[in-house]
Amino acid sequence: MSGLALDRYLPRESPIHALDARVKFLVAVAFILAVSLLPAGAFASIAIAWAAIALASGAAKLGPFRPTRNAFFALPFVLAALPLVFTRPGEELFSLPLAVFTLRVSVEGLVAFLTIASKSWVAVQAALLLAYTTPFHDLVDALRALRLPTIFVTTVSFMYRYLAVLSDEASRMLRARAARSGSRSGRSGGSLRWRAVVAGRIVGALFIRAYERSERVYQAMLARGFEGTVRPRASRALRRREWAALALAAALLASFEAAAHLWIPAV
Amino acid sequence: MFPAPFLLHAPDGFFSVPVSVAFWVVTAAVLAISVREANRSLEERTVPTLGVLAAFIFAAQMVNFQVAGGTSGHLLGGVLAAVLLGPWAGSIVMASVIAVQALVFQDGGLVVMGANIFNMGIIGTLGGYVVYRAIASLGRGWRWQLGAAAVAAWFAVEAAAVVTAFQLALSDTSPLNVALPAMAGVHALIGLGEAAITVAALAFIASVRPDLLQSRERAIAAGGEGHAGGLRGALRSGPAWLAAGIVASALVVVVLAPFASADPDGLERVAIDHGFDAVAKANPYEILPDYTVPGLGGTASTVVSGLLGVLLVLAVVLGAARIVAARRAARLQREEASSTA
Repeated sequence: MSGLALDRYLPRESPIHALDARVKFLVAVAFILAVSLLPAGAFASIAIAWAAIALASGAAKLGPFRPTRNAFFALPFVLAALPLVFTRPGEELFSLPLAVFTLRVSVEGLVAFLTIASKSWVAVQAALLLAYTTPFHDLVDALRALRLPTIFVTTVSFMYRYLAVLSDEASRMLRARAARSGSRSGRSGGSLRWRAVVAGRIVGALFIRAYERSERVYQAMLARGFEGTVRPRASRALRRREWAALALAAALLASFEAAAHLWIPAV
Repeated sequence: MFPAPFLLHAPDGFFSVPVSVAFWVVTAAVLAISVREANRSLEERTVPTLGVLAAFIFAAQMVNFQVAGGTSGHLLGGVLAAVLLGPWAGSIVMASVIAVQALVFQDGGLVVMGANIFNMGIIGTLGGYVVYRAIASLGRGWRWQLGAAAVAAWFAVEAAAVVTAFQLALSDTSPLNVALPAMAGVHALIGLGEAAITVAALAFIASVRPDLLQSRERAIAAGGEGHAGGLRGALRSGPAWLAAGIVASALVVVVLAPFASADPDGLERVAIDHGFDAVAKANPYEILPDYTVPGLGGTASTVVSGLLGVLLVLAVVLGAARIVAARRAARLQREEASSTA
């Protein structure tokens, strides 16, 4: 069995789960776009966006703070924005004298850094909520309905179908390597070059197995009447209520964005 | 759980909206070309093949080897995908991997996905493939080809890191004089792991299932001289790939030049020398962009400068595409000639 959690979908009976995947996908992307466009220091607006996530998560019967709790894994990337604290010119908050030079922390730098970190955190929560409430094959159908090229949609759906199989294959090979090359914590056998070559051969062997599997899959599809194209599930037109939901979300996000730039105080 | 080098999987919020949108436009344009080329050259069996091999790239990113002090080497897989599947199918596979990582695992953002696909999927496959073929055309024999793949794999990771640093700087997220040396330095090492895994994987496949390699690589692996055109074919195609490679590496030199002198003054001078003053204007410490009101001036210059750099890369990629098409036409002609003879 796979050690990888391959789907974040959490089945519930809720209006959010019942919403069409196309609507949910578009609203999630528009929401992330709106959060990305918020001005620096707009912490009150970011808090409102975060509250909206918590509300939606509560409405989806997942508990309001599940996305918040599970969004921390994106945080390591904030390292990329950390230098701003020291390099952005502005009012000096405090300085750290080091041996050779002094690190000056500016208010503007700190505000810029916290803005980026909190925006990113809220954006990840929105993406998480989408994944919690939408089965992946519905998402793939949504991408097809949104006119993504067929070759992408079928590649993504086949990839998802064989993800668990090939991840299992890879973890079995890694376990076999660990059993045979004396991997102990922090130390494993052989020179660095040898270890790299072994990893590369595992990748090569994995490729051959994957390719042979794809040939078997193709033969099996032929045997079942495959004629070269995947016929998608018929997609229905959006209902009037779903158009209304989309329009409402767009209006809310637009007025939120306008308010954030004009009225809601920023630091 | 999230095996690929995480610093290249940017989450939402780290690239500004103008940078994200500009890279979505460029990525969509390049992928449209990839789709057209892949649809033209591949048969119906590609439907399952591309999907299963995208899952392979995802699983291959789990394979690691211990380097030192708890760090480990990983594969990103762009050049491996390009050499095994061809650059066009390879870029589709890599884009699918990045899309699934973002949609299922939130590993990388949605609005910034265009930039992520550009960095890892397009530079890695199309850019890496141009470097691979340019170097491969200079020498003969299977060992030389593997060396070319090693250089290309290193280049692909390094170039992705450098472009990410520029995107961070254009987005006002990280100053260039910090982000560029940090990203370029770390990924110069990560790239060595990428090169080692790529070469070992290719060598293994060549020895076990040489028939799975593309015809040209297969012919060389079998000790032959390459495609049937022999010397004439090499003369026709070699210089073109070489030229593409020179353009690509000149680009890298221009991009990496500021890296040699780390102080901001040197940065600005190099930028102006090379006509990249539009980039410099967008730099955070040149003109502080008016953050509270989304000023059109700052935003517009960011878009323009972002596009400028990207158009350069695109020009290289398009040049490569034309060469591929010409080669294919020439090969078809040759085959026709030999079948009528």
